[in-house]
Amino acid sequence: MSTATAIAPRRTGQLGTLRIATAGSVDDGKSTLIGRLLHDTKTVFEDQLSAVVKASRRYGDGETNLALLTDGLRAEREQGITIDVAHRYFATTRRSFIVADTPGHAQYTRNMVTGASTADVAIVLVDARHGVVEQTRRHAFIATLLGVKGIVVAVNKMDLIDWDENEFTNIAKEVDEYVRALPTPVPVVAIPLSALLGDNVVDGSTHTPWYDGPPLLELLEEFDNQPRVEVGSRVHVQRVIRPQGGEFADFRGYAGVLAGGSLAVGDAVIVQPAGIRTTVAALHRAGKPVEVAEIGHALVVELADTVDVARGDVLVTADSTTAPGVGETVEADICWMIDQPLTVGSRWWFKHGSRTGRATVVAIDHRHDLATLDRAPTDQLGLNDLGHVRLHLSEPVVADRYVDNPDGGRLILIDEATNTTAAAAMVTSIAP
Amino acid sequence: MSTDLEPAGSRGAPADSRGALGTTAAAQASLHLGALTDEAITIIREVAAECENPVLLFSGGKDSAVLLHLALLAFAPARLPFPVMHVDTGHNFAEVIDYRDRFVAQTGVRLVVASVQASIDSGRVVEDTGPRASRNRLQSVTLLDAIAEHGFDAAFGGGRRDEDKARAKERILSFRDRQGRWDPRQQRPEPWGVLNARIRKGEHLRAFPLSNWTEVDIWNYIALHEVELPTIYYSHTRTVVERDGMLLSVGGPVVLEPGEEPFDAVVRYRTVGDASCTGAVESTASTVWDVIAEVAAARITERGATRADDTFSESAMEDRKREGYF
Repeated sequence: MSTATAIAPRRTGQLGTLRIATAGSVDDGKSTLIGRLLHDTKTVFEDQLSAVVKASRRYGDGETNLALLTDGLRAEREQGITIDVAHRYFATTRRSFIVADTPGHAQYTRNMVTGASTADVAIVLVDARHGVVEQTRRHAFIATLLGVKGIVVAVNKMDLIDWDENEFTNIAKEVDEYVRALPTPVPVVAIPLSALLGDNVVDGSTHTPWYDGPPLLELLEEFDNQPRVEVGSRVHVQRVIRPQGGEFADFRGYAGVLAGGSLAVGDAVIVQPAGIRTTVAALHRAGKPVEVAEIGHALVVELADTVDVARGDVLVTADSTTAPGVGETVEADICWMIDQPLTVGSRWWFKHGSRTGRATVVAIDHRHDLATLDRAPTDQLGLNDLGHVRLHLSEPVVADRYVDNPDGGRLILIDEATNTTAAAAMVTSIAP
Repeated sequence: MSTDLEPAGSRGAPADSRGALGTTAAAQASLHLGALTDEAITIIREVAAECENPVLLFSGGKDSAVLLHLALLAFAPARLPFPVMHVDTGHNFAEVIDYRDRFVAQTGVRLVVASVQASIDSGRVVEDTGPRASRNRLQSVTLLDAIAEHGFDAAFGGGRRDEDKARAKERILSFRDRQGRWDPRQQRPEPWGVLNARIRKGEHLRAFPLSNWTEVDIWNYIALHEVELPTIYYSHTRTVVERDGMLLSVGGPVVLEPGEEPFDAVVRYRTVGDASCTGAVESTASTVWDVIAEVAAARITERGATRADDTFSESAMEDRKREGYF
């Protein structure tokens, strides 16, 4: 088991916004925990709280049900479950947080994927009475596949097992061992808590003298979410900016998002997939000139030479050691999200960065068995299955392996018939 | 080249401009606001690239003012590549219409006005009567008709997830069927915020670039970029009447009920919507920095404090959204 400092080394610099996703089985208390976090950080407004108090009475809950702070749909409140991801926001003096409260039911896994896909850290809840169940494993697996940088195991409802240290240690150990065996393991830290009562959520607890770690909020405030692997710059070009008149008649800039690395004025870059070399002449972010840009920044890039650059192209640092893959054959881990199964030979739309095209499924290598972690051979993937596939694309993409650079290694598949999003795919290799 | 591409035109910040927060928290807030700004601009550019005929919904309220400012930044120094649309209930604050027209003139954007009055006149909707009648809900029909009439395939809105529990559930790019309906149980997955803008003819999308912003984030942006707002967002004296705990402006569409006594109060508006159901709050906050301090300390949500329509029932917003509301 990692210690708290392994997952959250003390830093002196400014920490960016932390994105959190909850995970775990139905009724493990995900929404209640987020409600508790919001309530105890004084993020809940009086009218929201009084509405929750009123609704708790209406739905027959004995006491104020903090889960109703995030279970906002009528169908969710009637059934007492979470159907779709809710986003909530709070800030302490040290950090801003974006929380995605995700559903626990297996049938809503795709919504969990949506919530967890951008998360830096997953809070995996476990009901202390029931221990680790299939959904705990499924969600831990998905969260690591999606690239969370750490897992916090919130062993919840500790009050109902009399704050039993042995039970806690066993659960913590079981999750830790499971995560260690995953294809992309991450540090795991466990906290004994009660979302209902608030122990070890924002404030510590007098019930756990044997636990010497911080409460949940403190851990999150110090969580290190910096990228693990440094790659070169990748600007996904979304649009060419050409005012064609007035003061800026000669202006030509490329609007796009920096999906990896950093970029500075004067940097040598290659326009991929064409392979044309040029230099960054100027950078603008939110209307202001900047010298250096970081990952996630929305930019307008001016280039030193008049070159052919279009939507879908990627501006890449001219450095062979950090070069991305360029090609039409992509292997990827995939979360399948629609009823119609994924089969070999089936055709879909794909979207990678700002590039869209057709994708044909060339092979399904295996399905991940979440209980045994075996790679089971299969000829199709069904709703909520995780597997590994090979795709042939109608045009080349400029991509990284997802583990090296998530922003450059992710793509979605879209159903040609219904236009719905059918899959989230994480690139494992790119070939011509 | 060090060109400043920021759109011109705004209210000057006071000379002693400074955040209401301490330095560490201020640096944190600035980092957070930068990330939100990048995210919003990226969404606006992506939807504009993927959709053929988008429109930006502009009410003159603070969220749509910030949204339009971001949209101008997203394409600067080129012009905004799509029009803006105001769904006009006819129950407006004069200051807001004045502001709208000045903003449009200053920035040169193309304005489309969709009129609820026209929908009433043509018999598309029937207006509620009585002293508490509101045109707020009627807007959905006018909005959907205008989207169909102009063939818009995407509408940018300033909706934020922190406004309401139903909005907290909505995707950044949210699908509407041919009837303009939102089905909260069948939303498209949206992993990593990769936007899937594929639709069939007659369907459309709503895009919410400010999904992850809170009220304080909006005000911090207004301060940083010196975004001009309608004057009613700042403290002023107004004749109001108190109804259901809200202060409603007298002299417009609000009809006095027996026993109600108008009085003068020092107020400002936290939100701007249909004048018949948008309440003012007592406030002496006369600058953007005063407002930031006030909002940071607020104990009531902006909708709870100022919107009679949302306190109707537990799922008022969800019900209206299902019908095609903003």
